[in-house]
Amino acid sequence: MTPGQRKRAFLVGAAGLVILLIWAVTGLPGFGAYPGPYGPAITRHAVAQTNATGVVSAINFEYRGFDTVGEEFILVAAVAGMSVVLRRLRGEKEQPAAREELPGGGPATSEAVRVAALALAGPTAVAGWWLATHAQANPSGGFQGGVLLATAFVLVYLSGEVLAFRRISPASVTEAAEALGAGGFAAVGVTAVVLGLPYLDNFLPLGSPGSPGAVTSSGTIALISFLVGVAVAAAFVLVAGELLEQRLLSSGGTTPGKG
Amino acid sequence: MTPGLTDALQATILVLVAAGATMVVLVRDRVRQVLALSLYGVVLSVLFLAVQAPDVTLSEMVVGAVVLPLILLLTIRKVRGTR
Repeated sequence: MTPGQRKRAFLVGAAGLVILLIWAVTGLPGFGAYPGPYGPAITRHAVAQTNATGVVSAINFEYRGFDTVGEEFILVAAVAGMSVVLRRLRGEKEQPAAREELPGGGPATSEAVRVAALALAGPTAVAGWWLATHAQANPSGGFQGGVLLATAFVLVYLSGEVLAFRRISPASVTEAAEALGAGGFAAVGVTAVVLGLPYLDNFLPLGSPGSPGAVTSSGTIALISFLVGVAVAAAFVLVAGELLEQRLLSSGGTTPGKG
Repeated sequence: MTPGLTDALQATILVLVAAGATMVVLVRDRVRQVLALSLYGVVLSVLFLAVQAPDVTLSEMVVGAVVLPLILLLTIRKVRGTR
């Protein structure tokens, strides 16, 4: 195919795409004009029913909590798969030559990056913790908070403190934390069944009805959000740790065969 | 905010999003492309904020601007290391 032919084929395809896009966009309902009955019903009753002002969290961890359990275990399965793919293969060993300038084997970087990363690690951890524990009150949630918490660990690594990063996040601890978070979510659901309620039913006290959105309000919504935060933070620390370990590995000249 | 002003804000950010996406595609150097992608994640999260979806803003910020670029950078590093 010559470049000219290729360009013509692209232009035909692009024109078709533009026509279909215009057709689709002109058929959309107006912004905010949701046609179904479910959205208005939820926004009208969610705060009174769950005592949570973070209505998105109430939907994620209560009304459609069952879907969220599924998503949580998709993440667990993905991280487990990644750990298996990135395991240390036969013939791979840590190369002293791959370790760079810094004593501790940290990444080669400027003082400014190291100071900024170290200064941001604490506030990032606090923000992550706050997001994961306040899903019932604010637009936040366990997922966002968990990722931010994991970022704090990566910032420790970026500041050149590789040994500190390894010390505060050994794989045995992060793996256990991920299992506890995800398993705890499922266990909250099973506890409701044991109490004679539907799976994932909100069986904890919702707090005083006069103060929706208090930290102690919303029962299992706050608990599940925290558990998701623990699981997600552990999952991302595990992924980052595996990838950072890979950085220090080399195949040692031999191609890993049918491993 | 008046409806006109909101529309103008959203239109401006949409243009920025389009510009950011184009920039990500046009940058050829892979490491710089990852940085452009990270910047694009920030712009996209601002768009979600402007259309009143703060939850999605937070998710986009942590995933699009932080975790995805981090994993891509580490992968690029790994691929280069094996050559």
